[in-house]
Amino acid sequence: MSKAVIDALVARFPGVVTDAYEGVGGDDCAFVAKDRIAEVCRFLRDDPNLRFNMAPYVTAVDYLGQEARFEVVYNLLSTAAGGRIRLRVKVPEQDCVVPSVTSVWRGADWFERYCFDMYGIRFTGHPDLRRLLMYDEFVGHPLRKDYPLRGRQPLVPEREVEDVFRGPGPATRD
Amino acid sequence: MASEIEIVPAIATRREDAVSGLKGLISKGLGWARKYSLFQYPFVTACCGMEYMTVAASRYDLDRFGAALPRFSPRQADLLMVVGTVNCKQAPILRRIYEQMADPKWVVAFGVCASSGGFYDNYATVQGIDRIIPVDVYIPGCPPRPEQVLDGIMLLQQRIQDQAHHLTEARQPLPPLPGGEPAGG
Repeated sequence: MSKAVIDALVARFPGVVTDAYEGVGGDDCAFVAKDRIAEVCRFLRDDPNLRFNMAPYVTAVDYLGQEARFEVVYNLLSTAAGGRIRLRVKVPEQDCVVPSVTSVWRGADWFERYCFDMYGIRFTGHPDLRRLLMYDEFVGHPLRKDYPLRGRQPLVPEREVEDVFRGPGPATRD
Repeated sequence: MASEIEIVPAIATRREDAVSGLKGLISKGLGWARKYSLFQYPFVTACCGMEYMTVAASRYDLDRFGAALPRFSPRQADLLMVVGTVNCKQAPILRRIYEQMADPKWVVAFGVCASSGGFYDNYATVQGIDRIIPVDVYIPGCPPRPEQVLDGIMLLQQRIQDQAHHLTEARQPLPPLPGGEPAGG
């Protein structure tokens, strides 16, 4: 089923949907050009043979040190026709902006807010692009590979505590 | 219990002896009353909450220690049980709840996450609630067994009995809030 989906996509969007392969678990994957992702998603949802009516998971990956640093991954599901497909969009660090797919699937709203919160990827056309998990005072994006692991940003002043291993010291030392 | 049968002077010839003897009696009486009437506020944030339910339910029965009734308003509670992971976003909430509780009040860190952050040594988690509020008893375990919690409650009762109680309590000031406003008004 999903092999046919990939073929239909490549035939419909030549040069936009590229490098199709079979991923782990048997889902078919393909890379999609960043500017056309919303268009491709709308086609997947509206085509009567495909009917991908759900986006169960949209997330991002940080490949620090590679050419296109970020990647947004769209896991799509067709409950009507059956089958899954995974679309990957390369996002360079200098141009961290991706068209939003909230107009295609309303449920992608919080996934895109999550990607913005954790990776700093902005989505154009998103109705309410705020942080999802972290608080508004938080500076930076914690799931980026160059964010310090223990980069805590406390909201209230912390008390001095006695560490049983290292003795007393300011709470902010680690 | 040894601390309860300390000798007080039956006949005092000096005013100081009489006053301090009376204050000691009042302190012991208040301690005895307070250690068997712990009204707890469960601040349950994570999976330790399941273990808290077990220890509060009939098989392990916190009621035997007088800590039967969870009050879901901090204004009616004198024992704050912080059950589970507290992250940086929740720290102001926890602190506000602690400030809303009336004196005298005690805090139990239930489980390793509340005590030290546990294995969540990352960007989001407070490394122990003693960074935010003072803690009386730490109960280790991930999650702690109910017997450990009961042991912690008994330790807390011992601590309450042994500490000095007064008919009027002096407030313990907290460090000021970032806005410069003094904590807790």
